[in-house]
Amino acid sequence: MEKRAHISGWTLPLLLILPQMAITVIFFYWPASQAIWQSFLREDAFGLASEFVGFENYVSLFEQPEYYRAMVTTAIFSSLVAFFSLACALLLATQADKNIRGGQAFKTFLIWPYAVAPAIAGVLWLFMFHPTLGTLSKPIKAIGIDWNPMLNANHAMTLLVLSATWKQISYNFLFFLAGLQAIPKSVIEAAAIDGAGPLRRFWTVIFPLLSPTTFFLLVVNIVYVFFDTFGIIDAVTGGGPAGQTTTLVYKVYADGRLGGDLGGSAAQSVILMIIVIALTAIQFRYVERKVQY
Amino acid sequence: MVENRPFAQFMAYLTLALGVVIVAFPVYLAVMASTFDTATIINGNMPLVPGDQAGENYTRTLLYGGMHARQPVGGMMLNSMIMALGIAIGKILISILSAFAVVYFKFPFRKTAFWIIFITLMLPVEVRIYPTYKIVADLGLLDTYTGLVMPLIASATGTLLFRQFFMTIPDELLEASKIDGAGAFRFFKDTLLPLSMTTIAALFVIQFIYGWNQYLWPLLITTKSSMQTIVIGIKMMITTTDALTEWNVAMTTAVLAMLPPVLVVIFMQRLFVKGLVETEK
Repeated sequence: MEKRAHISGWTLPLLLILPQMAITVIFFYWPASQAIWQSFLREDAFGLASEFVGFENYVSLFEQPEYYRAMVTTAIFSSLVAFFSLACALLLATQADKNIRGGQAFKTFLIWPYAVAPAIAGVLWLFMFHPTLGTLSKPIKAIGIDWNPMLNANHAMTLLVLSATWKQISYNFLFFLAGLQAIPKSVIEAAAIDGAGPLRRFWTVIFPLLSPTTFFLLVVNIVYVFFDTFGIIDAVTGGGPAGQTTTLVYKVYADGRLGGDLGGSAAQSVILMIIVIALTAIQFRYVERKVQY
Repeated sequence: MVENRPFAQFMAYLTLALGVVIVAFPVYLAVMASTFDTATIINGNMPLVPGDQAGENYTRTLLYGGMHARQPVGGMMLNSMIMALGIAIGKILISILSAFAVVYFKFPFRKTAFWIIFITLMLPVEVRIYPTYKIVADLGLLDTYTGLVMPLIASATGTLLFRQFFMTIPDELLEASKIDGAGAFRFFKDTLLPLSMTTIAALFVIQFIYGWNQYLWPLLITTKSSMQTIVIGIKMMITTTDALTEWNVAMTTAVLAMLPPVLVVIFMQRLFVKGLVETEK
């Protein structure tokens, strides 16, 4: 895409683009390249000298059982959150898409959790399910489960999944609703005339037509769980109990700050960068195909 | 609706109502907790109707903070507000200018410049936190608003959004304003800026929420408690030993932390939806 008409001169445009360029180079390219460079270095215990160690940081990373555990944790966490938040949002969006009175009000009431900070969302859910004072812990304990997300890793993960899902439903809901409203009514009517009931229409007509939205949301949700849930984890479990809810991003933070292992932390950053770039690339390819379709 | 089924309608209401209740319940509990004293909450039998400590809790939290985050939450909110506004306004400023340059001028390395900016879309600040921290520290920007804001506006979303919008503006507008003898500045001020107002507002809403809710970055670069943002402050209140946590203060802070962005979403819903959908395209 190009404009036909242009304004002449090229000092002005360079001046106009300068602020963003400067900020991008100083706060994006410089640190990103530092991360790559640092991942090949090892600092001594006092951070005074560093030597080039090649891929040693990467090798030692893949020798750590903790790193694999963080990978597995991240995989479980993101698939659970993606699945539940997409499923709940789709259910709510299909209901809100029906011609019902007060649809707009429901929409408003469903989208505002988007505005709640992940860390705050975590605190809200922690309060609700706090082992000693949580309002909802009582009923759980009453049915004989020794609920304690501070000590039990499965409970901790459950709590994280709940809060992360709660926060993400609103976003998915909005996009699903927009996707549903873009499906031509005539297609659905045609299916109805052919005798397909509501469920059949959903699975054979609506759901396939919604697949670009679903795929887009899937990628967005995975990226969300990878990065934005840092606040939830830090507020609710702090990566514990015993490191069992430490995700890849949380480990970058914990190893660099608490452990002081900057080389290892940088190597993890680089691996994360590669994962995100891969995810984005997949998404762009798919979005391109969607446009042709 | 293809057919009229009262039962389906009823189920729709039921599902949506249930959804709203689930979505609202955690927040409802927080609001309730902000109206009781610590003892009532600690014993685990907090009533589900408001208590009478609301005035006390909010005044104390806003003006003095709790036992652990010994910092008035009012000040934290001010920090959050400055950071959120800085991010929103800063990003709009730099990205509308660069989009103007990329779309309306031909200059050497224009494509390269665009790609240099575009690539930043791919990497959130979380993956490069320590190197960024080091650079901000070297520049002497720890514990400053500049340090809080700058690294978070180094991203392409705004530039892409404005570029996309500028491409839809008919070329004739530029030609007409050229014939009228207007220079680049006049064209920008009198034609482009007024047309961009909705886009600016939508981007503002999204960036404000994004900025207000930042967690990891302020956590790293603020060491002075006077620079803490409210989202960080609340964490300080609950990580201490359980028995000492002042849950009423923590929950009051949570409510205060949610208020500004949630109000923005509710009252600027149209702009919010527009901003959300268009920045993701």
